[in-house]
Amino acid sequence: MLFVLPLLVFAGVLFAQSGGVTSEENSGSFVQSLTAEDARNDAGGGIDLTWTVAADAALPDSMVLERSCEGEDWAPVCTLAPIDSRKTDGELENGQEYSYRIVPWTDGTAGQPSALAAAVPIKQWINSGRIGMLIILTIISLVIFYYIEQGKRGKDLYIRRIAGLTAVEDAVGRATEMGRPVLYIPGIMDMDDIQTIASMVILGRVAMKTAEYGSPLLVPTCRSVVMSVAQEIVKESYLQVGRPDAYQRESINYITDDQFGYAAGVDGIMVRQKPAAIFMLGTFYAESLILAETGRSVGAIQIAGTAMPSQIPFFIAACDYTLIGEELFAASAYLSKEPKLLGSLRGQDAAKLFFMVVIVLGVLTATLGEAWAPAAKVAEFLKTITSVE
Amino acid sequence: MRLAIPLMITFVAGMIMIFQFFVPATQSIGETLQEWYMIVASFAIFLGSVNLLYVHTHRIRFKGRNWKYSPVTIIGFAAMIITGLVFGIEPGKPFDYMFTQMMVPMGATMFSLLAFFVASAAFRAFRASNWRATLLLISAFVVMLGRVPIGAMIWGKIPLISEWIMQYPNMAGQRAVMIGAAMGMVATSLRMIFGIERSYLGGAD
Repeated sequence: MLFVLPLLVFAGVLFAQSGGVTSEENSGSFVQSLTAEDARNDAGGGIDLTWTVAADAALPDSMVLERSCEGEDWAPVCTLAPIDSRKTDGELENGQEYSYRIVPWTDGTAGQPSALAAAVPIKQWINSGRIGMLIILTIISLVIFYYIEQGKRGKDLYIRRIAGLTAVEDAVGRATEMGRPVLYIPGIMDMDDIQTIASMVILGRVAMKTAEYGSPLLVPTCRSVVMSVAQEIVKESYLQVGRPDAYQRESINYITDDQFGYAAGVDGIMVRQKPAAIFMLGTFYAESLILAETGRSVGAIQIAGTAMPSQIPFFIAACDYTLIGEELFAASAYLSKEPKLLGSLRGQDAAKLFFMVVIVLGVLTATLGEAWAPAAKVAEFLKTITSVE
Repeated sequence: MRLAIPLMITFVAGMIMIFQFFVPATQSIGETLQEWYMIVASFAIFLGSVNLLYVHTHRIRFKGRNWKYSPVTIIGFAAMIITGLVFGIEPGKPFDYMFTQMMVPMGATMFSLLAFFVASAAFRAFRASNWRATLLLISAFVVMLGRVPIGAMIWGKIPLISEWIMQYPNMAGQRAVMIGAAMGMVATSLRMIFGIERSYLGGAD
């Protein structure tokens, strides 16, 4: 499967094509140089139109864009303002030739139409603005898979210690000793968010610990789908540890989709049930500090983790341990201690090193480029391959 | 089969989403999958509502801990549903009244608590207990001073220093976190799409 991505790049270069351009000029019309071109990087059905207007002519009241498909009568598409200079016509049939003209209207009278422009909408097989990203993604994937393979072969891979993850067992143990529950908050986003997915994987690991230690686990959720997934994951974890009897379905419950309603509900659980350990792992917004400060006030040991840069400072200020950005995604692999998963962590670090090199190279070439043209070209190339349309 | 089918679904769905990002011609397949997710999520709302009612009725029935709060939840839930279904949700109707006069102020109340929590968290974070905390305290002090008129009155360059801290060291830190997180997202996605991470399927690693 690793060959699929490079093949995509190759196919993209091979099949890169345009739907054709037609451009004419009509010196007698208000609209001049009307150009029609197949819309770039789309699934077909779109034509980009651009035009210029006569600089010295009086502005009309409005303009009407008209379209004709392969010799049919002209039909109005939309009304344009005299200051407009571009429009994308969509929902067209691929492979058909469409002609366009723009008619200026003044005091209810049609003026001289612009020259015709025609184009054929077609499907694109590769998004040319994303080829750079495709190449980078391929390199990153190859590096990660290389280290996964190394891990499988039993190579000793050093992974730095992550304090927040080392403390997971201590936190669950503390809850057991104190006879209080463990509270797991998976963020406020749905299952289509990668942070929620990462959080669910960690929940499985935490649930194994609570099942081993016999601590009650509470998982209030903000989304129904997350609740269903969490129920299944916790159930599987309890089964795997051999404690299916300890699994309580009603401990993983739905509260509300409302952001602050959820914060109020979880705060209520914290104040009433006084959990000894609180995990806040996933996507959080303004409710992060409300939850973290309430958790702190009840004396719980708190382990938080998110990839939201704006919420990380709040967690650092209010929680005992914070997983910053990538550490959230590393948590499952780190906790499992499995060689192939640890290999993917090593690959992740190597990919990060690649980006660091690209950034340093970009800074150097952009700086040198001010005085030396070849360096400027390298900087421009780096900028192109790291940009996404 | 118990493992193979979910892994296959994950692989196919994951690969389609990657392809549709790079291949415009396949975008419609990706959009269809996202629509399916929306449909599944819409149905899951019923599941959530049933769970909410089950948990609270169960608590009332068995006089569970703090059960006295549960009738409030059930009454509120029922009131919103019944007024919405019977009278509609247009402005001026009972549902809209309850939403704007009760739900919105309660949400705003929770949000406003943030001001107090920020103060208490800042008090702890800005204690100059070591050199890093002292650095944080000084930079936070300069940034806050630069954002209010008195900062410019004390010294005209304080707003510029404040802006520099936000635009350079702060922005660099945020971008570093974002790049690291993006790497983590790619690695997590690959682990799940290629079935390397299977713990969510019952720990069959």
